[in-house]
Amino acid sequence: MTVLVLGIGNILWADEGFGVRAVEAFHRLYAMADGVDLLDGGTQGLYLVNRVAEAERLLVFDAIDYGLKPGTLKVVRGDEVPKFTGAKKMSLHQTGFQEVLSAADLLGRPPRDIALIGCQPLDLEDWGGPLTGPMAASIEPALAAAVDVLAGWGVAPARRADPLPPENGLLANDIDRAAYERPRVDAG
Amino acid sequence: MGIETPNGFKLDNAGRRIVVDPVTRIEGHMRVEVNVDADNVIRNAVSTGTMWRGIEVILKGRDPRDAWAFTERICGVCTGTHALTSVRAVENALGIDIPENANSIRNIMQLTLQVHDHLVHFYHLHALDWVDVVSALSADPKATSALAQSISDWPLSSPGYFRDLQGRLKKFVESGQLGPFKNGYWGHAAYKLPPEANLMAVAHYLEALDFQKEIVKIHTVYGGKNPHPNWLVGGVPSPINVDGTGAVGAINMERLNLVSSIIDQTIAFTEQVYLPDLKAIGSFYKDWLYGGGLSSTSVMSYGDIPEHANDYSEASLKLPRGVILDGKLDDIQPIDLTDPDEVQEFVTHSWYKYPDETRGLHPWDGVTEPHFELGPNARGTKTNIEALDEAAKYSFIKSPRWKGHAVEVGPLARYVIGYAQGKAEFKEPVDRLLTDLGLPLTALFSTLGRTAARALECQWAAHQLRYFQDKLVANIKAGDLSTANTDKWTPDTWPKEAKGVGFTEAPRGALGHWIRIKDGKIDNYQAVVPTTWNGSPRDPAGNIGAFEAALLDTPMADPEKPLEILRTLHSFDPCLACSTHVMSEDGQDMATVTVR
Repeated sequence: MTVLVLGIGNILWADEGFGVRAVEAFHRLYAMADGVDLLDGGTQGLYLVNRVAEAERLLVFDAIDYGLKPGTLKVVRGDEVPKFTGAKKMSLHQTGFQEVLSAADLLGRPPRDIALIGCQPLDLEDWGGPLTGPMAASIEPALAAAVDVLAGWGVAPARRADPLPPENGLLANDIDRAAYERPRVDAG
Repeated sequence: MGIETPNGFKLDNAGRRIVVDPVTRIEGHMRVEVNVDADNVIRNAVSTGTMWRGIEVILKGRDPRDAWAFTERICGVCTGTHALTSVRAVENALGIDIPENANSIRNIMQLTLQVHDHLVHFYHLHALDWVDVVSALSADPKATSALAQSISDWPLSSPGYFRDLQGRLKKFVESGQLGPFKNGYWGHAAYKLPPEANLMAVAHYLEALDFQKEIVKIHTVYGGKNPHPNWLVGGVPSPINVDGTGAVGAINMERLNLVSSIIDQTIAFTEQVYLPDLKAIGSFYKDWLYGGGLSSTSVMSYGDIPEHANDYSEASLKLPRGVILDGKLDDIQPIDLTDPDEVQEFVTHSWYKYPDETRGLHPWDGVTEPHFELGPNARGTKTNIEALDEAAKYSFIKSPRWKGHAVEVGPLARYVIGYAQGKAEFKEPVDRLLTDLGLPLTALFSTLGRTAARALECQWAAHQLRYFQDKLVANIKAGDLSTANTDKWTPDTWPKEAKGVGFTEAPRGALGHWIRIKDGKIDNYQAVVPTTWNGSPRDPAGNIGAFEAALLDTPMADPEKPLEILRTLHSFDPCLACSTHVMSEDGQDMATVTVR
């Protein structure tokens, strides 16, 4: 069985990067079961169709505007996902990612199961800024929710005894979260 | 009130104002406002980007060798081309030469992006401006088959194939899951294709969707992964190990063969599907030759795809380099990206502050200090703008100008320059297409011409892929396995201060990154992107940019369903993916569309 765990969003726009930061942390803290792939999808849109169409099951992390308290998590499953992404301003990536899902559908190869772990953002306008406090605090709970989803699919990940060192992270070249968020020189 | 701009366009903002505005964003906001006269002809156009901010805010103080990884995140569509431009800027600043193999591999990466972007842009965004998906449901599969077989040898063309496909489409539409087709103006009077042509185009939409995922495998081979392939200052990151059997990241014979086979398929798809479709669709829109804008007078291309490693001269670059002004096709001017008087960015009409806003700044000296304010004649509030005041600041996009001139960039600009240079590889396909369609050369300067240039360039790029793949393999067979030069990798080999510029031709036009390095760190970094050139607001002299110019004088069948606006904007392939709303004057939602 193939399971794809996908984080989407733009790390350059503060809370927009939640999905990517969540999948990055997931990789650092958990070892995936066989057949489970982690992917930093960024804002790639149709470039992701290939991977989504190949997956039997799909788990997505994303920043989603439900109009709730910042940092609130919401897990949406199965048929609810396309329905939700069709709603106005549901996700910052709705057009892009909704298109990816319907493209997989059009090709006759949609994932059998889909789960979306969304987190309510606080600030999407802070160009170059870090994740805000409420969002950063929601990463671990989002990972716990992801562990539940994967366990339900029979592919529970195992918590690593020690987190992976930064050099083995999903994002390199100074865009891993710690390096990215370090205080900037003369910023502004 | 009517005025004439210095670059020769008549503007009149007296009539009804139509606003095409974004709701959400992926890579940025984009919004257009137009005034139409009593006959619904566009007489004034105001193009605004409401998101872009300077990348230097993020890059200042970081390691220049990592800049590509940040710039790759600016945009979700042209990731690789930003990365390539970035490593070229750093190499230019530090005087780093790359090996021949690295040049070939980078060209293959860039050409792959070009082919992928053009194909995806045409089928998944732009074709739907010409093709009515819902009309395809009423097509006769047998007649569709006859049409398809009359224009191409592509094997997927039987009546049964189109019947099955129509059935699938019907099921998809009936389930209410219109997905990518949801936002169309189906049934709009500006759609001209018969149902059979629509069905054929929808079939190819799906085939292109399936095929595009093969093309990007080339990025996985040479970039180590996709999305977000790896890049390297001094060369390319993947070593060559011809006899290797699947070592992670290494390029071996099996992978070279995989790339070669994808290139063959790409050439076939482009020549047997994309180009015949373009010609077939174009033949029904021969009288819709609006949208030329700046293309007949002012175009620019930096050039790209160097034949020889480290030689970025006009002679070495396979994509044309130069500027044409005032429609003088026999006077192609050379470009110097380091000259402080050539490329300059103005902010008179942009939401930024300069000490002296009557002057432009060369990107090496560029500053990005946001200053958001609405003009006195704007309507609405800062968070809910109903109508912009184009006499004041009205965009987060700066106004780049070449020696003070607004220019169009992109595939049509490249083809106009290549044509003017008399290069057969650009001129002959254009002449052939125009002859087949029975159109004069002037027809090239239009929305349709822009769309055609992109298709021709896709074919050109597919053959260049073959050329550089063969060149790479020949060089490897001759024993050269070098892919990176690390002589100046460590900062202790660098001068205390350095500056450089890197450029590429992104699918959507000329892209430049200007960098200043001080004490081993980035001191300033400016990216001037193609959509900034095309989508720029007015400059201090009042010259309008390519988007605004291209929208003028276009008649609209129904201003509340601005299909014609989307058609022309989409023809530029703007790098601003966003879902958009069409609003009436009082701000009420009328329809949702997708602009990218």
